[in-house]
Amino acid sequence: MIHPPISLKPYGRHAILIEWPNEVSETILESILDFEDFLIRDCLNEREWETISAYNSLLLVHPKLEIDFPEFSQSIKEWYERSKGGVAREKVLWKLPVSYDKAFGIDLDEVANRLGMGTDDIIKLHTESVYTVYGIGFVPGFMYLGGVPQELEIPRKPTPRLKVKKGSVGIAGRQTGIYPQESPGGWNIIGNCPIPLFDRNKKNPCFVNVGDKIQFQKVSLGEYELHKIEAEVGIYKPEKVLLDA
Amino acid sequence: MLKVLKSGFFTSVQDLGRFHHRKKGVPVSGCMDQQSVYKANTLLENDNRSAVLEITMTGPKLLFKKETSIVLGGALISVTLNNRPIQNYKVYQVKAGDVLTYGSFKKGFRAYLAIKGGFRSKEILGSRSFYVPITDKNRLEDGEEVRYEEHQGFTPKISELKADSLLDETVLEVYKAPEFDLLTDRQLEHLFSKEFTVSKENNRMAYQLSETLEGHQHSILTSATLPGTVQFTPAGKLIVLMKDGQTTGGYPRILQLSDKSISVLAQKREGNTISFKFI
Repeated sequence: MIHPPISLKPYGRHAILIEWPNEVSETILESILDFEDFLIRDCLNEREWETISAYNSLLLVHPKLEIDFPEFSQSIKEWYERSKGGVAREKVLWKLPVSYDKAFGIDLDEVANRLGMGTDDIIKLHTESVYTVYGIGFVPGFMYLGGVPQELEIPRKPTPRLKVKKGSVGIAGRQTGIYPQESPGGWNIIGNCPIPLFDRNKKNPCFVNVGDKIQFQKVSLGEYELHKIEAEVGIYKPEKVLLDA
Repeated sequence: MLKVLKSGFFTSVQDLGRFHHRKKGVPVSGCMDQQSVYKANTLLENDNRSAVLEITMTGPKLLFKKETSIVLGGALISVTLNNRPIQNYKVYQVKAGDVLTYGSFKKGFRAYLAIKGGFRSKEILGSRSFYVPITDKNRLEDGEEVRYEEHQGFTPKISELKADSLLDETVLEVYKAPEFDLLTDRQLEHLFSKEFTVSKENNRMAYQLSETLEGHQHSILTSATLPGTVQFTPAGKLIVLMKDGQTTGGYPRILQLSDKSISVLAQKREGNTISFKFI
């Protein structure tokens, strides 16, 4: 396997940024995640270092250590060379329920009008696609999802809402995602997911990892309510499909 | 227990912060002015992860229900213990029933109350720092109580430290951040030769500065950010991310504040000026 080229940048005293070519692609993301695994497994102490990956970058942070940039860059380059091949990671597809009921999908009619389709077409396109988690950030548990079909491309709302309901599923540009908590937001809201994406009471508060795949499944209002209750009492298990590497 | 008789403008429990959850979008949080807290905890011979109260802009009125020792730190503020004035960075013994009253801020923006053994609010994901939605609340309210352990007869090795000059400093020491090289000569010149004013948009998440640089059209793919990162918006605005700042962002990151400079900025309020200097 040929490694994409990387470049290294200093980022203050406690961090170093590794960058891959500036593009949104599965190949790049795979390379980042392979290297992140390798670093954590063979090179860096996971209890001391934090790694944050997104799209084409990987940040390494050690809040206590003062990093010598030239020296550490050299080590990273050597590790990257050595990491060639990598070890197969588990590839996971999460199927998440979404109610596209008009009670939740408050922009669904408008989106359908503007894209010149019926609301059923919108829902079909949105649920058929498989999305890739390119990053998690902004607020706890917010996933940057790529892979929205071109037919669903629509600009964000001209004026953002001050309050978007927790669980709201939105689309904007070539992005889709779920608001994990109530927050302001400018995306077009087409549904709602009853499953919390971030649970502070769990040791791993967010079951999704960068690199995982997400597919939305349309559920009825009744099923939505049931899943919501199941999630609240802690018995809901999101459907997890293992994909071939 | 510490009973909050009056909560003041914005009083919260903070410690060193919440680490190892950034990859899931959780901000670090923790004390805005870590330098002052470190000093206060040192006097009490506390572990440096011990939680303190962070008091912003106007002070609370607090009732101690158990005997312990305390140290005030951070902003200069008139504080009385049972109507008797007390000062920063000095160990005081308090008894059950004692009342601490914060008056007006004289210098600085955030004051700290450290206590022997640290405050024991609920620890979530490895930290007691308030941050919604990780914690239920982001500030203490009137009548609320915060737990601490009783400590009798603590004799400190050092009972007093001189307040440092952090509150008077206006120069922020910075390093290069990843998109530093995108700056033009003109932007660079402006950045390092002029003063910048703290705008009214300043809180635990970020400080926005009033003056702008020449705008730009660079865009980056969303990537990780840190507390102390200076973001540069297309309109030329500078936004300094602070402790509750988001973990990722899409604006170019041009500078990174040193740990000490995060503390310096944390003590600034609307209208104060700062300038940048390379370390």
